[in-house]
Amino acid sequence: MAEAPHVSGSLRNRLTAILIGGAAVLAILLYVVVRNYAAQIAQQGQDNILNASVTSILDAAVIRDGQLEIDFPYSSFSMLNTGSDDRVFYAIYQDDVILSGYANLPRSQGSETGQIDGTKVRIASATRVLIGANQRTRISVSVAQTQDALSLTLRTISKQVAGFGAGFFALTTLLSFWATSTTIGQLKRLTTSVTRRGPQDLSPVVKPVPTEMVPLVSSLNNLMLRLDHSLSQSEDFIAEAAHRVRTPLATVRSHAETTLQRVGKEENRKSLRAMIRAIDESSRAAGQLLDHAMITFRADHLDRQNIDLVELVQDLVLRLTPIAEMKDVELRVSGPDSIQISGDPILLQNAVRNLIDNALKYSPSESVISIEITDMPAPQLEIRDQGPGFPHSEINTLTGRFTRGTNATGIIGSGLGLTIAQDVANAHGGEITLANHPKGGACVTFSL
Amino acid sequence: MRYFFALVFCVLPLTGWAQDWEDRQVFGNGAAPALRIISSTDTSFFAPVIESYLAQRTGQTVEYLVTSTSQLDRIFRADPGAFDLVISSAMDLQFKLANDGFSRTLDGVTHPDWAQWRQSLFAFTTEPATIVINREAFANRRLPETRQDLIEALRADPERFAGRLGTYDVRQSGLGFLFATQDARTSETYWRLMEVMGAMGTKLFCCSAGMIDDVASGEIAVAYNVLGSYASARRDISDKIKVILPADFQTTMMRTAFVSRDTKQPVAATSFVQHLIALQASTTANDGIALPHLDHANATEGQVTIALEPALMTYLDALKKQTFLKEWVNAVIQ
Repeated sequence: MAEAPHVSGSLRNRLTAILIGGAAVLAILLYVVVRNYAAQIAQQGQDNILNASVTSILDAAVIRDGQLEIDFPYSSFSMLNTGSDDRVFYAIYQDDVILSGYANLPRSQGSETGQIDGTKVRIASATRVLIGANQRTRISVSVAQTQDALSLTLRTISKQVAGFGAGFFALTTLLSFWATSTTIGQLKRLTTSVTRRGPQDLSPVVKPVPTEMVPLVSSLNNLMLRLDHSLSQSEDFIAEAAHRVRTPLATVRSHAETTLQRVGKEENRKSLRAMIRAIDESSRAAGQLLDHAMITFRADHLDRQNIDLVELVQDLVLRLTPIAEMKDVELRVSGPDSIQISGDPILLQNAVRNLIDNALKYSPSESVISIEITDMPAPQLEIRDQGPGFPHSEINTLTGRFTRGTNATGIIGSGLGLTIAQDVANAHGGEITLANHPKGGACVTFSL
Repeated sequence: MRYFFALVFCVLPLTGWAQDWEDRQVFGNGAAPALRIISSTDTSFFAPVIESYLAQRTGQTVEYLVTSTSQLDRIFRADPGAFDLVISSAMDLQFKLANDGFSRTLDGVTHPDWAQWRQSLFAFTTEPATIVINREAFANRRLPETRQDLIEALRADPERFAGRLGTYDVRQSGLGFLFATQDARTSETYWRLMEVMGAMGTKLFCCSAGMIDDVASGEIAVAYNVLGSYASARRDISDKIKVILPADFQTTMMRTAFVSRDTKQPVAATSFVQHLIALQASTTANDGIALPHLDHANATEGQVTIALEPALMTYLDALKKQTFLKEWVNAVIQ
């Protein structure tokens, strides 16, 4: 079991948070800026009208026969009519003495906000100098208006801008979720394509990936290349080592046998026989190591052909019959005449031979090994002997490398037979099941 | 002088009796304090409204005080807390009172926008200014249809009409001043008519009622800018007088009401305004109420309904008023 990686935050959450946070800040900024801008424009509008009113009153000021007359037009106040019925105040001063209007209206410099009787108003003021025959007089006019219509306009604008801001935020939020899932999706796709590989698949990732992921993928490919390289190196090494060991072992064995013919002393003969036996075991292990290395190699580059499973099994049985007869064991094959499958014949042969071999090793004399080939639901092979069966406690671990049953003492074996069979089954997309038959004996099901 | 008056009007209501009202009537006999209405509308016109209001509310009392429009403005400004409801035909004075913050904003009163201002000043009638003539004086003559017709008729027979003309004294009557300023704003004909009337000798009145009586009695032959509603309501003299709506243009006034800012009975005053508005807006038969309805849709060509807008304060400006009155006196009194 690989160690779980340390988790430090989530890329998706971080990205989403940044995008949504940014959108929120932008939306608020938009609201504030637009609202302020609107307030300025609205205020400008009111000031313009107030100034126009002031101007029209000032314009009406004339000195007639030495008398000041300000016959300002109806429109001076009419133009101040608003939808919210804003109150209007005004004051006309001559040389800082009130002539008419509201004396309590504060006088302003230009346009400013003031108060009259506790009511907030916007005031506009202007001054004009009138020159008569022998006098010079200064007329000041202030016109003020409450700001109900202005507030109403601002409220409406605020509401609309808030709506825009909220809409902008909602859209951006949707967009950020979409952007995040698209970005993370690329990572996920890569993860899936790496996870889905078989245990032996160390080929580089060839699917196109976004630029930003190229360094990651090329490092990954590099890593896998090195891993593949070192794996095949070690397989090669094992195969080489096994091969190197087998040949001298054969030589040693023939020497030992010759010596056995010549030695008469029972004590020495006994130790020689033990020696030959050990040599047999070693060479068998070496052979199986070779087989295993070969299978590991071929499983990666499966050489599928259309073959007949029944024919393949019968062929093998024919070849193993002499060994079986030596132990007085009968090999009984049953099944249909032909089952066409697609698979690597060399691997399948190797796997089935290992299974029958195992059955032979554990079968007592004068027993039967039944090999049943069926086609439904998938092509499968059931090999059953009448031996002691698998030890119950180990039935799940026996397919591991170099694992042997506790009842295997005294029987030649390397612990690789079931491993080889399982690797072959897996390479063909199948599996191997170990069980004990209720009437005694081990039962191995090899399905494709 | 002005301050003296202000002081006097401040003190008088406290003494309870002294104010010289044109009319003063108490409706209902409840124990609760009376709803005080200060009004420029004759009691006979308004009594049905009050009675129908009280019919639904037993135990309430309404005190109805009548005075002229300009007096009303002065009295009310002096002591706004002494009255709950203010009703006047002088739109400009009413508007200025509202603008100056003497009125109370009423929630829950729905009224078309053109007939209310700031949800505090509510119009409830539309009444055109008319020319009222004595039928006898115009026997066998073409009745004038426009101001121009009237000018020509007067000029054609100066002997008959000399000294037998009448109109508002705009220096005394707020409504007269409103009509005069609006006429002057609309057409130059007004000044020509005033000059002709001034040249022939014109009797000046404070109120419509006096003018109508004098026309009916034959004391005067023509009264200009009389409230048509008052003249039409006088069934007793309808065979003697003729009410003419000038065809060139009509100046139409809206009677307005507002609740005093300092009212002690805001709920009762508000419900009275609601009752008044509902009564006046209904287009069904008059229920014996003589007040004209509030009517915007019937506005005919040439009819100028004075708008409730800040411009109403234009002629109330001291300088403007002074200038206008000077011109008016020059034309009418000479």
